[in-house]
Amino acid sequence: MSNNKTKRKVSGGSIKRLTSYIMKYYKVHCIIVLLLIVFSALANVVGTMFMRDLIDVYILPFINQKNPSFDALAHALMGMAVIYLAGTVATWGYNRIMIQVSQGTILKMRNEIFSHMESLPIKYFDTHAHGDIMSVYTNDTDTLRQMISQSLPQMVSAVITVVSVAVSMIILSVPLTILTFVMVVVMLIVTKNIASKSGKHFADQQRRLGSINGYIEEMMEGQKVVKVFCHEETTIQEFEKRNEELFDSANNANKYANILMPALGNLGNINYVLNAMVGAILAIYSVGGFTLGGLASFLQFTKSFNQPIGQMSQQLNAIVMAIAGSERIFKLIDESSEVDEGYVELVNAGTAEDGSITESEKRTGHWAWKHFHQADGTTTYQPLEGDVVFDDVDFGYQDDKIVLHNIKLYAKPGEKIAFVGATGAGKTTITNLINRFYDIQDGKIRYDGININKIKKADLRRSLGIVLQDTHLFTGTVMENIRFGKLDATDEEVIAAARLANADAFVKHLPDGYETVLTGDGANLSQGQRQLLAIARAAVADPPVLILDEATSSIDTRTEKLVQEGMDKLMHGRTVFVIAHRLSTIKNSNVIMVLDQGRIIERGNHEELIKEKGIYYQLYTGALEQD
Amino acid sequence: MIKTLSKQIKEFKKDSILSIVFVTMEVIFEIIIPILMASIIDNGVEKGNINFVWGMGALMIVVAMCSLFCGVMSGKYAASASTGVARNLRTAMFQNIQKFSFSNLDKYSTAGLVTRLTTDVTNVQNAYQMIVRLCARAPFMLIFAMAMTIVISGKLSLIFLGAIVFLGVVLGVIVMNAFPRFEQVFKKYDALNASVQENVNAIRVVKAYVREDYEIKKFNKASDAVYRLFIGAEKMVVLNMPVMQFVMYACILLLSWLGAKMIVAGSLTTGELMSLFTYVMNILMSLMMISMAFVMITLSKASAERIAEVINEESNLSNGENPIYDVKDGSIEFEHVAFGYREGVDVLKNIHFQIKAGETIGIIGGTGSSKSSIVQLIPRLYDTTAGTVKVGGVDVRAYDIETLRDEVAMVLQKNVLFSGTINDNIRWGNADASEEEIQRVCRLAQADEFIQTFPQKYETYIEQGGNNVSGGQKQRLCIARALLKKPKILILDDSTSAVDTKTDTLIRKAFLEEIPDTTKIIIAQRISSVQDADRIMVLNDGQIVDFGTHDELIRTSEIYRDVYESQVKGGGIDE
Repeated sequence: MSNNKTKRKVSGGSIKRLTSYIMKYYKVHCIIVLLLIVFSALANVVGTMFMRDLIDVYILPFINQKNPSFDALAHALMGMAVIYLAGTVATWGYNRIMIQVSQGTILKMRNEIFSHMESLPIKYFDTHAHGDIMSVYTNDTDTLRQMISQSLPQMVSAVITVVSVAVSMIILSVPLTILTFVMVVVMLIVTKNIASKSGKHFADQQRRLGSINGYIEEMMEGQKVVKVFCHEETTIQEFEKRNEELFDSANNANKYANILMPALGNLGNINYVLNAMVGAILAIYSVGGFTLGGLASFLQFTKSFNQPIGQMSQQLNAIVMAIAGSERIFKLIDESSEVDEGYVELVNAGTAEDGSITESEKRTGHWAWKHFHQADGTTTYQPLEGDVVFDDVDFGYQDDKIVLHNIKLYAKPGEKIAFVGATGAGKTTITNLINRFYDIQDGKIRYDGININKIKKADLRRSLGIVLQDTHLFTGTVMENIRFGKLDATDEEVIAAARLANADAFVKHLPDGYETVLTGDGANLSQGQRQLLAIARAAVADPPVLILDEATSSIDTRTEKLVQEGMDKLMHGRTVFVIAHRLSTIKNSNVIMVLDQGRIIERGNHEELIKEKGIYYQLYTGALEQD
Repeated sequence: MIKTLSKQIKEFKKDSILSIVFVTMEVIFEIIIPILMASIIDNGVEKGNINFVWGMGALMIVVAMCSLFCGVMSGKYAASASTGVARNLRTAMFQNIQKFSFSNLDKYSTAGLVTRLTTDVTNVQNAYQMIVRLCARAPFMLIFAMAMTIVISGKLSLIFLGAIVFLGVVLGVIVMNAFPRFEQVFKKYDALNASVQENVNAIRVVKAYVREDYEIKKFNKASDAVYRLFIGAEKMVVLNMPVMQFVMYACILLLSWLGAKMIVAGSLTTGELMSLFTYVMNILMSLMMISMAFVMITLSKASAERIAEVINEESNLSNGENPIYDVKDGSIEFEHVAFGYREGVDVLKNIHFQIKAGETIGIIGGTGSSKSSIVQLIPRLYDTTAGTVKVGGVDVRAYDIETLRDEVAMVLQKNVLFSGTINDNIRWGNADASEEEIQRVCRLAQADEFIQTFPQKYETYIEQGGNNVSGGQKQRLCIARALLKKPKILILDDSTSAVDTKTDTLIRKAFLEEIPDTTKIIIAQRISSVQDADRIMVLNDGQIVDFGTHDELIRTSEIYRDVYESQVKGGGIDE
């Protein structure tokens, strides 16, 4: 459909890189494929050349003979049979090997893209549309696969065929070869003209297809509103307008595309006819020893000349598109990964006889920071407690646009800290700094007294539990989804966590209980139920510090109560950061921070803030809109 | 399915047939060329007759030109036929979707409908083009070429017959084997992409739990499975080329051997042998095309079925005979109404109540208590399964649907704005409304204030889905849009949930003062949104458990009191 759409400039860089990518793993394969293609093409050429001898040597001399002997012919045909068979095997061979090459390359590339993607910083996902990232997996790798497995060998085989056929033609007859070349030039001109015409219309078609798709999406999404407002007629009119436009350009685009094949085929026929005429005359006067057999071979060659030219023009587009795709693939692979210069590790802690902390191989349920001091080469251990300090932190997604200013906060182990404020005040941003989804511009964040930049990211994140605002679940069973929090958790641990999160009751009522398979981000569950699973997932991880981002969407009162209870149980005994959307849930916090445009404007506990009659008071009484 | 779709060919029947006719003619001309060629060889070259060569050559050029013309024409008609049918299919589907009732719509997902209107139509379009071009061309080519070989030599044509049968069987077996394998591949492939999508969306969860390696391992495993399945499927397909070559070469060798003997014996001419070589190619190529077309068409079968399903879906809501075009007033009556989305599962049971014109009614209840279901019966978005709903004293089924829905304005819970200016969006309520009227309803819905802060005011462009205004602003615009209808009944289905309480109060105050005669039904989660309504309906599990004023309910309704207390404790001080 989208031929010619991507007539963009192709940089030589990605062609080279793609080639070296394939060569890295499949050098031998590629050489063998090339040899087999040459062999297969030669078998074909030899076969066609044989036709001359067939007529000139094995047929014509025997005509009108009394007792013709066909032994020589039988012999020659046996020889041909062997060559043909070998050619056939070669054709199969290179096609078969190419599957391995193309699928193997794509497999390696796909795995590399994915594992690299997993290493990219959150910022990458913020700044790139998810649809675009997905398109690398679906469209780009797919066109690349098709190019490697189909276009590339066809192209190579076409080139080899054209060259070998051209050489054979010159051997047979120079004048006829010149004639054929003139026709080929005509064919190329026609192809170019038709292709550029259809290209323009294809671009139009693509644009209008986009416009009608957008309209369809919007209307299907709002179909119920259309019904409520009895807007069906107007909608149909608008749709038909766009549909008509699409038809117009699709018709033109396809018209030219459809003409190309018969035009080339029949120009080939005309070429054949012209050669037949001129060749016949040459044969009659036997110019340059041209014979009837030579004519037969030559005509057969003109037939096999058309096909590769059509093929090449078709494949060229596919190759250009695939290279454009590989450019996008390489761009993703070249994105820089998250940097991690941390060296403080989180280890299982045991207690030695003298009461000091030791490192343990087994899971003890206690954790310690293993801190290696470069200055004196010693290693110290320090228990994981969950003490978090923000010291004058500034942060911006871009260096020149600071969105959080002078954030100071102290959270003692076991305390509950709540953030309150309007949309865009920076509540979620603060929590994203603790686990280093983003790095701060200025100031310091300390975790148990250690600058979090010194802690290995994986270990830092492992020590923090997060329940995000929009719950994400994975395709898999309920059990697997909860176990995501702690991969080696036993079934009993998972169920205990679900009980703690108040999820056990509804999970039991699912068709297959804990073995129920969830698909499409848990589409078969309600919003509240998905949240309960997210809480259970955090519970099984059992982290000392918790970050809870409450859900904004309204869930019914009964489930909300369950969710709240689940969260309360989970919070017990941990340092908790809560981003509150409903103020009722944070009244018992140790500290409430009211944020406005990236600054903490009020802080204190509920009673203090109510007495202050400031922003918190207004939010609390519903006078201000908060999300 | 084929019947449904072929009905949509309509005015493009002519183009489709012309395309097939021209293809047939092209094939005939192409078949003639080798025969003329043979006669040039036999009568011209071998006999040294130059004039004959010129004459025949000229004729061949004319034939080739005719063939070119027919080929181009068939391409042109195939394009208009296939894209035209695609246009008709889209229109047919879209028009029918517009006729869908809510319960028809509930059957399909939005994404599902979009795919049917876009990708599926494209698939069918390509398949149709294939049918009118290749499916006509290949069999005709096969038949004509075969006929020619029989004319030239009955004996040698047996070789062709053998080749056709052999190749047909082998290609058939390959296609039959490859097809299910490919289906499996694509299913796995889709699953793989779905899991990538999941990872992209949930990247914060993955990173927060440091599960990158776990996910990579999972992905590699799935990716590996796709790889193996793909190789298994393509292994079958790559047999096509060599098998084809094998048969072709075998034919050439046999023709050479038998042909040589026959020429020497005088029962065949050299020219005829050469034309037979050409026919070998023609016949085998057409078999190849048939097998390709077969795969394409089979692949599009699923698309065709999905399209036919939409076109054949019959709306289960329509005007009765002699519909009423006038709604007397905004009174509402439910008489022992039961309702369910699926047969046998009623979500509303024995609902019975009356509402006088001009009353304000609040509805409260948890999710799943069927608040939305009740109100959707009033503008007849769904039909009841038992009992009667009356508006203005008349059964809703007796009204003309458009009349009823214009008088019963409903602001849906899941509401959308459309791309266009604010004016365009509000005018959905009444296309002929003046700017003053639009501003009036916007003031009523407390939307005017924020609209005035936009640089382009009422000409501000709303992006698709209304993503450039806040949730509360969107809700207020939706209310204004409904008000513009000047309805006798106004239903707000949880339509002020994102609006702050102060504005919420102002909206209700404006309703009370400006449109006192309109019956207002307000569904809300917040007690404060309904507590000053004339009466409040408390729903639980599809039944009305209590119905009365705020003060009455506080005293008598346990559920109401529960909700009230939990919210007042959270929401604090009374306003």
